Amino acid sequence: MKARITRKSLYSWGSAVLLVLLLALLPLYGAVYTMILVTSIIMYAALTVSWVVFSGPTGQVSLAPAAFMGIGIYTAASLGKFLPLPLVILVAAAGSLCLALLVGALTLRLKGLYFSIFTFGLVLLLRQLVLWYEVRFTHTRGRFVVVIDNTTIFYVMLAIFVVLLITAYLLRQSKYGAALEAIGEDEEAAAHSGVNVTAVKTITFGVSALFMGATGAIMATKWTYIDPYIAFDPFFSFMPVLMAVFGGMATFFGPILGAAVFGLLEELLLTQFPFYYMLMFGIILVVAITYLPNGLTGLVMKWRKGGRTANHANS
Amino acid sequence: MRILEGKKLTKFFGGLAAVSEVDFDVDQGEIVGLIGPNGAGKTTLFNLISGAIIPDSGALEFKGERLTGLKAHRVCRAGVARTFQSVRIFPNMSVLGNASLGGVFGTKTGMSSAAAATAAEELLDFVGLAGASSVRAGDLTLAHQKRLEVARALATQPEVMLLDELIAGLNLTEAGQVMDLITRIRDRGITILMIEHVMKAIMSICNRIIVLHHGEKIAEGSPAEITSNETVIKIYLGK
Amino acid sequence: MIVAILDVVVAGLLLGGIYALISVGLSLQYGVARVFNVAHGEFMMLGALSTWSLNQAFGMNPIIAMAICGPVAFAIGYVLHRTLFKRLRRVSPSIGAFEGSSMLASFGLLFIIQNVANLIWGTQTKAYTFMAYPVSIFGALFAANRLVTLAFAVAFGIVFYLFLVRTRLGKAIRAAAQDPSTAALMGVNINQVLALCFGFGALMAGLGGLLVSMSYPMQTTMGLEYTIITIIVVALGGMGSIPGSFIGGFLLGLIGSIVTKIEPGLSLAAYYVLFMLLLWIKPTGIMGK
Repeated sequence: MKARITRKSLYSWGSAVLLVLLLALLPLYGAVYTMILVTSIIMYAALTVSWVVFSGPTGQVSLAPAAFMGIGIYTAASLGKFLPLPLVILVAAAGSLCLALLVGALTLRLKGLYFSIFTFGLVLLLRQLVLWYEVRFTHTRGRFVVVIDNTTIFYVMLAIFVVLLITAYLLRQSKYGAALEAIGEDEEAAAHSGVNVTAVKTITFGVSALFMGATGAIMATKWTYIDPYIAFDPFFSFMPVLMAVFGGMATFFGPILGAAVFGLLEELLLTQFPFYYMLMFGIILVVAITYLPNGLTGLVMKWRKGGRTANHANS
Repeated sequence: MRILEGKKLTKFFGGLAAVSEVDFDVDQGEIVGLIGPNGAGKTTLFNLISGAIIPDSGALEFKGERLTGLKAHRVCRAGVARTFQSVRIFPNMSVLGNASLGGVFGTKTGMSSAAAATAAEELLDFVGLAGASSVRAGDLTLAHQKRLEVARALATQPEVMLLDELIAGLNLTEAGQVMDLITRIRDRGITILMIEHVMKAIMSICNRIIVLHHGEKIAEGSPAEITSNETVIKIYLGK
Repeated sequence: MIVAILDVVVAGLLLGGIYALISVGLSLQYGVARVFNVAHGEFMMLGALSTWSLNQAFGMNPIIAMAICGPVAFAIGYVLHRTLFKRLRRVSPSIGAFEGSSMLASFGLLFIIQNVANLIWGTQTKAYTFMAYPVSIFGALFAANRLVTLAFAVAFGIVFYLFLVRTRLGKAIRAAAQDPSTAALMGVNINQVLALCFGFGALMAGLGGLLVSMSYPMQTTMGLEYTIITIIVVALGGMGSIPGSFIGGFLLGLIGSIVTKIEPGLSLAAYYVLFMLLLWIKPTGIMGK
């Protein structure tokens, strides 16, 4: 399933590069407020695309983004004073990767629901473990995060996102992308065709987690003070799922669209109706699940195809 | 030369023995038929061989090497491929994508996507699906999907193929074509073990037949021997 | 020495009683209605905080409040199923897809309910006192309210068990739990039964929250931890096995009590390790099919 160079792909590649360039130059012509908002949107986009890298093709819903994000945040808070920023991010990514490989090896071979349950609880588990550690050993609660200027945060977040997109694209185009797709369609048939299902899923899950950890590390400075409850917040598991479901998971554009919509919406609601935004997001998720099973991009593609959607062959 | 061998294979589901103390062996180049009434344990036996499930007791050997307990992808890479009773192709992938996957992941040493695609094209031609490469697999007819599954299994370069009810559900013409396909697969040097209910097919192309009933092997022999076997007749007619 | 052991055991049973009750609720929702309700703990939170409100506004005794909180929780669960989950069931191509989408939908519900709760009650911790005097059992001291909690949890369990075994509706539920399609063919109104089960599940959660409110402080964020614990209990006891969940709840409570005695603050971690061990050894749970 190699990509062929067509006019269409040149067009999308070209616009993507253009967009990245425009964004890269944002700090020069945009207001600080805009830059911070865009940083937030890119953060959500990174979380969502990472989530889709694994949960999209396999169909296994991971509720762990908050766990990996939390590891990133706590790594930055703990090591930010001692290590330079690039190293902090690498350590955070490595830590998330290790945890993901461990979790993956334990739970990926079991029924999908167990996996979702396990990842759901992982956030709370980590929260309790870190809290216990702090109470027992360091006798402090929470830490202060080293402050970094907004422009640096913006560029680092953008860089992480671009690397993520390239990685995700290469993964999808590679034979592992085909393997993932096959696993998502029929796991047992894939195994019988020679695909090492556990290995492919675990590694993909690890790659996904790696970027979430890196994102957490750079975004940690959003909060000057963090504690286990702030760092390990189920909200950051909720948002990528919401954005992916709403935006659509078949392409990479869907999650980015979802992230943009909700990043802006969150900003709007936080300023206007700070006490209602979780309510609204919850309602949108429920409505999206019920009425938009393929997300917004799925809906758009349906309109373009004139109402015909792909049906699975009944086996 | 004995290529596949099973000794005293047993598998329980709950309290019921789906397969009980089954011994069997297959020589290279043979086409062996596996028959028996519904629920006799035929597909379970296939599942045991292919690594989909693990036997409670008993052993499996492929070319003298242990096969028992290997995971499905390892069994495949070792050289034993299978098709499924309910056709399990990847519906949203292209026909070529389906067939190539076997080549990329299922051979002993693996293949690049490009090499696998080339090999897959040849196989699609072999099974009679030439020209359908870019069709979405889920849009094929059932008969063509079955052939695609065969192509995908062939792509893994197997030495033994387990075919699960390939002919069931096909009309006379299609059935004839598939029977021809099976013999052509054998002519390529692949040993075949096939589950089938269509007696005409079994009798005409199999060298040997194994009969299962309630999880046990109750008869084994050439088609002529089996058709005159009293126990077998009683099971099929006296039920 | 005996007193110390008794201390831990009874504390475990007290905690376990609540876990058992709420877990039976989730087991009904998942085992029968196949909804993996990650918002289960939120119903519990609603039960707890409503009881607090009733206590604050009318000085109502929580035991009397059961007559209000119970039916209301049931009604909310019932309506939710008949509207949201029934529709999801209809549009899902398979049971697996339904389990996934209903879980995500309940994820949405979690955030909706928590936000609504924040609007009503705010984020501060609340508490009220009820029967907070100590009672002595073989020399060990226990709060009377916790003993009452245990008594009610066991009572509800028994009542529900009798309901399942002795009444026609109960049998219909058990049939639906075993095999929904066959039950439907036998004349069981499946949609009704599923909605009732979901309602009963919410009822258990609400009552569980009410019982918790008698002895513990509460806040709008309390639900999530109970949801996790309940999920582990249901997995421990065997997905969809109601007696399994009941026993599993007590078991987990005991384990939690022991762990808290040794190293306070690690009870959730201990449950998790247990969960992981279970997934390794017997993924179908102690009484699973």
